[in-house]
Amino acid sequence: MSTKRDKDDVTGVETTGHEWDGITELDNPLPRWWLYIFYGCIVWSIGYWVVMPAWPLLTDYTRGIWGHSQRQQVVADLDALKVSRAGIGEKLTSMTLEQIEADPTVQQAALAWGKSAFGDNCATCHGGGGGGAKGYPNLNDDVWLWGGTLDDIRHTITVGVRSTSEDTRQSQMPAFGRDGILEPAQINDLSEYVLNLSGRATDQAAVARATQTFADNCVVCHGADGKGNRAVGAPNLTDSDWLYGGDKATIIETITKSRGGVMPTWAGRLDAPTINALAVYVHSLGGGE
Amino acid sequence: MCILWEAASNIMDRLAKSEPPTAVIEAAAGVARSDVEAVNSATRRTLYKAREPIYPKSVHGTFRRIKWIVMGVLLAIYYIVPFIRWDRGPGNPDQAVLVDLDRPRLYFFFIELWPQEIYFLAGLLILAALGLFLFTALFGRVWCGYACPQTVWTDLYIAVERLIEGDRSQRIRLSKEPWTLRKVGKRVAKHAIWLLIAVATGGAWVLYFYDAPTFIGEFFTGQAPMMAYVFVGILTFTTYSLAGFMREQVCTYMCPWPRIQGAMVDAESISVTYLKARGEPRGRHKKGTSWDGRGDCIDCNQCVAACPMGIDIRDGDQLECINCGLCIDACDEVMDKIERPRGLIAYESHKGIERRREGKPSRLQLVRSRTVFYAVILAAVGAVMLTALIDRSPLDLNVIRDRNPLYVRLSNGQVRNAYTLKIMNRTTEPAKLVLWADGVKGAELRVAGHTPPEDLSITVQPDEIRSVRLLVTAPAGTSTETSLPISVGVTDENGKVAASNDTIFVTGSP
Repeated sequence: MSTKRDKDDVTGVETTGHEWDGITELDNPLPRWWLYIFYGCIVWSIGYWVVMPAWPLLTDYTRGIWGHSQRQQVVADLDALKVSRAGIGEKLTSMTLEQIEADPTVQQAALAWGKSAFGDNCATCHGGGGGGAKGYPNLNDDVWLWGGTLDDIRHTITVGVRSTSEDTRQSQMPAFGRDGILEPAQINDLSEYVLNLSGRATDQAAVARATQTFADNCVVCHGADGKGNRAVGAPNLTDSDWLYGGDKATIIETITKSRGGVMPTWAGRLDAPTINALAVYVHSLGGGE
Repeated sequence: MCILWEAASNIMDRLAKSEPPTAVIEAAAGVARSDVEAVNSATRRTLYKAREPIYPKSVHGTFRRIKWIVMGVLLAIYYIVPFIRWDRGPGNPDQAVLVDLDRPRLYFFFIELWPQEIYFLAGLLILAALGLFLFTALFGRVWCGYACPQTVWTDLYIAVERLIEGDRSQRIRLSKEPWTLRKVGKRVAKHAIWLLIAVATGGAWVLYFYDAPTFIGEFFTGQAPMMAYVFVGILTFTTYSLAGFMREQVCTYMCPWPRIQGAMVDAESISVTYLKARGEPRGRHKKGTSWDGRGDCIDCNQCVAACPMGIDIRDGDQLECINCGLCIDACDEVMDKIERPRGLIAYESHKGIERRREGKPSRLQLVRSRTVFYAVILAAVGAVMLTALIDRSPLDLNVIRDRNPLYVRLSNGQVRNAYTLKIMNRTTEPAKLVLWADGVKGAELRVAGHTPPEDLSITVQPDEIRSVRLLVTAPAGTSTETSLPISVGVTDENGKVAASNDTIFVTGSP
C-alpha cells in the first residue's frame, strides 16, 4: 500500500485510489459507532460459537456448551402446550358431547381445538371448511352416510370407514357391471330408475323395465323407496345430493364399477379430547343432527 | 487495533498537556472572556475526529428559567402519572394510565381501548406529529430545545455534572487533571447519580405496563418478571449513554426529526438568531470608550461557552441549533453588564431581520397560510378522532362469511350460507343479543350448536369476544343472481340494532 494517497480536489477527502473512467471513489471514514458495533459483532460471534451450535463437522456439528437445540425446544413447547390444555382437555374427555355443546365456555374451546385439529388431519380430503369434493363428503350439508348426531360423528372419526380398525364402518356395493352381475342394458335401465327417484328420468319405459332389477339388487341396502340405510352407509338416492355425481353417465359408472371411499381410523392417532373436539366442530359446521 | 492505539495515545496526549495560564481574560470591564471555539462549527468539523466534549457554562435568565420549569413539569408527569388511581370496578386494574399487555387493554382514565382499536394510538401519533408541525412552523425547533426527552434528560445530567464537578472551567480543569483520589471521587459520584437517574427513568417506563405500586415491591425483591428487568436494563443503558455521553450527537447525527423540521419552517418562523447588523464589527471593548463605529458584540464568547450543542450562534443558522435560547440568556447577562440593550441574540425570523433592516419594527407573524393549514389539519384530525371516540360502540361485530365452501346445497335443494360472527362486548354488563340476517326472502336462520338451533338469542359476557356461526338457508330457486346483498347483525334487548355488517349471500346459481 502506498503511503501517499490522492486527495479529491473538490471535497479534500482522500480517495481509495480506484478509478473508473475518471471517476474516483472517496475514502470517507466509517462512522465510529458503526465500526465499534462491527468489532462488537466479531467478539459476539466468537462467544456465540462457544455457547451455541455453530460449526458443521463431517457427520455432526459443534453443539455449543449451552446445548441449545430447536428440536428439544419444540418438544418442550409441545409438552407445555399439553399442560396448558390439560384443564379444558379433561373437561372435553369427561363431559358428554351434548354437555360440551351446551356449555358456552367449553363449546368455544372445543370449536377452536376442533378447528385446528380439522385443519391438520381432515382438511386434506374434506377441504379446509369441510366443503368436501367428489368422493369426499361435504360435512356442511344435511346428508350423512353414517349419521350426523354428535355420537355418530365421533364414532365415524374413531373407527373410520373401510379402515384397518376392527370396528370400522363397513359396507360393500357390488360392481354390477364389471363383475358381470348385470348386463349393460340393464344397467342403463337401472340408471333411469335411479334418476326417476329424484324425478329426473327421461325414459319411463326403461324405468318400468328396471323396477324388478332394482328390487332384486338394490333394495336390500338402499331400501324399497331408495332412501338409503345409515346402518350400512347406503346413500339416499332420492335427494339432490350426489357424492360422486348425479348425472346419468356417472350413475352408470357407479353401478358398473361400484364405489367405496376410505377414511382412516383416528383412534390411535388422536387423543380422546381431540376426537371429541372434532366431533363438536364437525357437528357445528351446519349439518349436525 | 489501531483504534485502541489511537485511544491510548489520545489519553497520553491529554495527560501530557499542561494547564493553560489561568490569568483572567476580559472581553470588557467585568466580563469574562472564554477561550473557546465552537467544536461543532462547520469549518472545523472533520469526519475523522472523535467527539470533542462540550462543557456548557451555566447561565441565568428567562429561557433558562423556562427550561427548568418545563423540565420539572415533564419529569413530574412522567414519574407521577403511573401512581394515579382510577376506579374501574372489581376485577379491573385501578391504574389511571396502563398498557396491560396480558389482557390486552390500554387504559387511559375513562377510556379503555382493545387491540382492535389500536388505530386510536396511530391517530394520537398523527396528532402529535401535526402538533409538532404547527409548533415548528410557529416557533422553530422549540420541541428540540425544551420538551424533547433527549434535551430534558441531557439537561438533568448536565445539572448533576455541574453540581458535582463545578461549572465549565472547573470541569475542563478536572478533565485535564491526573487521576487523583479527588477526581476519582467526583467521577464516581457523578456516574453513580447518573446511573440512579437512568434506572429511575427505565423503571418509571415499565410502571406504565404494570400496576405501579405492586411492581415497585416486586422489582426490589427480585420477583418482577424477567422481561421487566430486561426493559429496565435497556432503558437504563440508553438513558445513561444518550444523556451522559452522546448528548448533542443524538440531535445532530441520530435524530431524523431536525431534518424533517427543515421542511416545516419558513422565513417567518422564529429561531435563535444573532443580529449581525447590531453586533458587527465585533471586538473587545474597553470601559469608557465609544461604541461608535463598532458593533455591540464584545467577542466574549459567552454564547459559545453556554451552548450545549457546541456551536457559535454568530455563524448563523446551523443544523445543530436546538433553539433552546441559552445563548440568549448568556448574552443578555453580558449586555446588562456593559450597559447595552438586551437582545443581541434573540428569537427572530428571517423576515423580522429584513423588517428591522428597513427600519420597521420586527413583529411575530403567527398567522400565515402554512400555520393556518397546519392548524386546520390538526383541528380536523382531532375532530375526527374525538367523534370516533365518542361514537365508539361498546359492542363490536365482525361478520366473516364462509368461503370454503362458498355455499352448501342441502338434500332438498335449499341453499345455505354460513357466517361466523365475532361479537365483542366492551361493557361491564352481559350483552343479551338476538341475531338477524336481512336480504334473502324466506330465509331460515339457525345457529350452529344451539339447542334448538332456531334459538337466535345469544349472551356475550362482559369483556368477552364471542364467536358464533349463523346459518342462513334460502329456499330452492330463490334467485337467478349469483349472489345477493345481505345484512347480518344483532339487536339488543330493546330490539334496537346494536351492530350490523353488509355481506353477500351466494345462491349457487350459475
